[in-house]
Amino acid sequence: MTQTQSIQLTVNGEPVNASVPVRMNLVDFLRQELGLTGSHVGCEHGVCGACTIEVDGAPIRGCLMLAVQANGATVTTVEGLADTDRADALKAAFRDRNALQCGFCTPGMLTSALSYVESGGPADRTAIREHISGNYCRCTGYQAIVDAICDVIGKEAKS
Amino acid sequence: MSVAKPLPHDSAPLQVTGQARYIDDMPLPANALHLAFGLSEVAHGELTGVDLSAVRAAPGVVAVLTAADLPFANDVSPSAHDEPLLAMGTVHYVGQPIFVVAAESHLAARKAARLAQVEIAEKPAILTIDQALAADSRFEDGPRIYEKGDAPSAIAAAPVVVEGRLELGGQEHFYLEGQAALALPQEGGDMVVHSSTQHPTEIQHKVAEALGVPMHAVRVEVRRMGGGFGGKESQGNALAVACAVIARQTGRPVKMRYDRDDDMVITGKRHDFRIDYRVGVDAVGRIQGIEFTQYTRCGWAQDLSLPVADRAMLHADNAYHLAHARIVSHRLKTNTQSATAYRGFGGPQGMVGVERVMDHVAQQLGLDPLAVRKANFYAPAEAGGLSAPHAPAARPPEDISQQKKTAEVQTTPYHMAVEDFILHELIARLEESSDFAERRAAVDAWNAANPILKKGIALTPVKFGISFTLTHLNQAGALVHVYQDGSIHMNHGGTEMGQGLFRKVAQVAAEVFGVAPEVVKITATDTGKVPNTSATAASSGSDLNGMAVKAACETIRARMAEFIAREYQAEAGAVRFAGGQVHVGGESLEFAEVVQRAYLARVSLSSTGFYRTPKVEWDRIAGRGRPFYYFAYGAAATEVVIDSLTGENRILRADILHDAGASLNPALDIGQIEGGYVQGAGWLTTEELVWDDRGRLRTHAPSTYKIPACSDRPEVFNVALWDGANREETIYRSKAVGEPPFMLGISAWSALADAVAACGPGYPDLQAPATAEEVLAAIGRARS
Repeated sequence: MTQTQSIQLTVNGEPVNASVPVRMNLVDFLRQELGLTGSHVGCEHGVCGACTIEVDGAPIRGCLMLAVQANGATVTTVEGLADTDRADALKAAFRDRNALQCGFCTPGMLTSALSYVESGGPADRTAIREHISGNYCRCTGYQAIVDAICDVIGKEAKS
Repeated sequence: MSVAKPLPHDSAPLQVTGQARYIDDMPLPANALHLAFGLSEVAHGELTGVDLSAVRAAPGVVAVLTAADLPFANDVSPSAHDEPLLAMGTVHYVGQPIFVVAAESHLAARKAARLAQVEIAEKPAILTIDQALAADSRFEDGPRIYEKGDAPSAIAAAPVVVEGRLELGGQEHFYLEGQAALALPQEGGDMVVHSSTQHPTEIQHKVAEALGVPMHAVRVEVRRMGGGFGGKESQGNALAVACAVIARQTGRPVKMRYDRDDDMVITGKRHDFRIDYRVGVDAVGRIQGIEFTQYTRCGWAQDLSLPVADRAMLHADNAYHLAHARIVSHRLKTNTQSATAYRGFGGPQGMVGVERVMDHVAQQLGLDPLAVRKANFYAPAEAGGLSAPHAPAARPPEDISQQKKTAEVQTTPYHMAVEDFILHELIARLEESSDFAERRAAVDAWNAANPILKKGIALTPVKFGISFTLTHLNQAGALVHVYQDGSIHMNHGGTEMGQGLFRKVAQVAAEVFGVAPEVVKITATDTGKVPNTSATAASSGSDLNGMAVKAACETIRARMAEFIAREYQAEAGAVRFAGGQVHVGGESLEFAEVVQRAYLARVSLSSTGFYRTPKVEWDRIAGRGRPFYYFAYGAAATEVVIDSLTGENRILRADILHDAGASLNPALDIGQIEGGYVQGAGWLTTEELVWDDRGRLRTHAPSTYKIPACSDRPEVFNVALWDGANREETIYRSKAVGEPPFMLGISAWSALADAVAACGPGYPDLQAPATAEEVLAAIGRARS
């Protein structure tokens, strides 16, 4: 149970070397060992999406991936998104559209939304709804979240 | 003007960058301990042997406590002192904490908790309403009865009698952030507790009792919750008390958070109900007399069940004038989680009962359901009331009740006059904006042409009473400081759970001082700053705390005005605070400059504020009085489609018009309305709680309990605010908005009933939640 393994990965642009228990989830590693508490733990079995983070460019559930599986990977959390301008338009749109209330789902929701926007997804509400349907929000009713994503895509199309 | 602006949520910049801290995100001292409860796996029985040796020997375990190890009170009940933190002798439900483990990590504590050898001599468990009735297992000595007129005679004399039964499921809160608490021991036996709670004062109270210290030795702080919805009104007590007791015992910081499965198994949920109804109507569906019998499973402990069940009775009328009504309420004690507060607090259950009656009457008489609803509405408010144009500042407070003849005023079944009823106009507007009549016809045409996919449409109203029904809770305090640089520190007793309360109240403070919102610092709720607070519940947050903050700000502003008027030989009453400036005697000074001068002149720049809601008085035993200061209104029109082969269904479109009075912040209010509707629709459609015959909750995680996802919400979703001010003197004439929109979701369920009715000639008798399975069963009933 206490078996550990060394891993090397890149987190938010910084190299990380660590020895981790082999059963430790990636999100627990990020939160507890690296202090990156922006990724939240909601259900811990891959349904709610609160722990969604970016691993090698793809959104994944931080609670369904072991830290050892991230060996050699490039990981970006909401704190990493805050350090670059990649998600600036989305962050502004979430704020302006009131696309968050309690905010607990927001880091995961932003990560899923960013993957949609960056993959060139259209400002099509049905497609957006499907894309973020793996991220629960109990507060907003999602309308404002879809609005925010549409805003960002619309602005990018104009520029 | 700061109020009425659609300013974004104050925490948004922190929330989008991952900097907003919830309890589990707070940096911990290195020696912190983590807790987990060991839970009963039996619904009812006597503890005959609890062997915790393997738990104590597990890696990382520092302490293990049972009820016998607790130094003082073993009670986390918010009401009747019937809820021990740890079981004493008897276990009452599957999931009841029996012991608590403290370990070096969260995972170590959880693993160790599973190693206990617990022997329980099982006793028969009371799980269902029928079992509870048979055993007369209940809270209070008998049913509560609220009555007006003579319902049995009125029903007997009516041309048509309709009767039926509705089984109405409960609801898991599913706040995204689970329950959590952190206790930090201080010098001299004091304790600081961070808790994800809607009720810091109660946490303080219960922790003090458990530590055997006065309340002044405990300070509770809450910056924000990751959702509450009523689930953090009393359910956080257990974690905070456990943390504090072990922090005291070990001298180490202690944190506890429930894993999601534990959270769902341990904590209470929305009460499920059975509602029997019997109603006499005339040929156009007007109710002559009505009887409701409400049965509710309260679970094993009283918690907040009595006021919840009361509120269900108080909303059995919803928007309808019931001249002869008898409402009977049974509060049943069962061996299940102790059902608790949940957005609407019983109101939704009561309201669903009468909305079901409207649909049933319409079906039986072959009438349009909306026509039946309108035929039963309360009389409209008199001109000059709520429906008047939005001009709060121009109109002085009115009390037109004095001008009316008592005989003309219609009253609720609890004898409160309904004087602000705006649904006639509001629904007319909604019918127009949603093209309701055309779409009703289109749905009927669709159903005539399509044998498999059937559509349904419904428009349902909401009239929701605002105030705590326990009258003394309708009070709030605030503490405001103006610092010598002109910045403002604002604190009040309300808690932030995402609803935007802090932003709204900060807008109030900025308004009073005439400064920009960013001049006002929003600070965490703290029992050391504002004492004896009520829970942030009953939609009361802005109404109560907004007024308390306004009072505190006005006290300071009056002192500043008096000082500066003297300096300029002007009248204090003529000093104006606006645009970041103070206007006095023809001069305009910066707000900060006046503050600095007032400080140097030794003027106090700090004040408390206090507010108590006027006019409310209520006798909950007699069922008479004015429990509510006012009513909030709204209506929703929902269109759905069902697959008659599978019962699968979708919400196609929802149109909402909702009354938030003169909104303090339209953006935040719209957010509450959208979220409330979706949560309400979730309750009545996909969210199904299932207990097995041993009392085990089988839907204890999102893998089996389905809350609405983005793809479940309506494709077309039009939400607007009714443009009208509160006729009562609330904070800037706004109305409470937390709970009322939840019940707009009833229209989705009613629309599903409408779609099912299109499948056959029979009465479909749709129950709730209308899962795909239930819709399919109802289709079978319609066709039989």
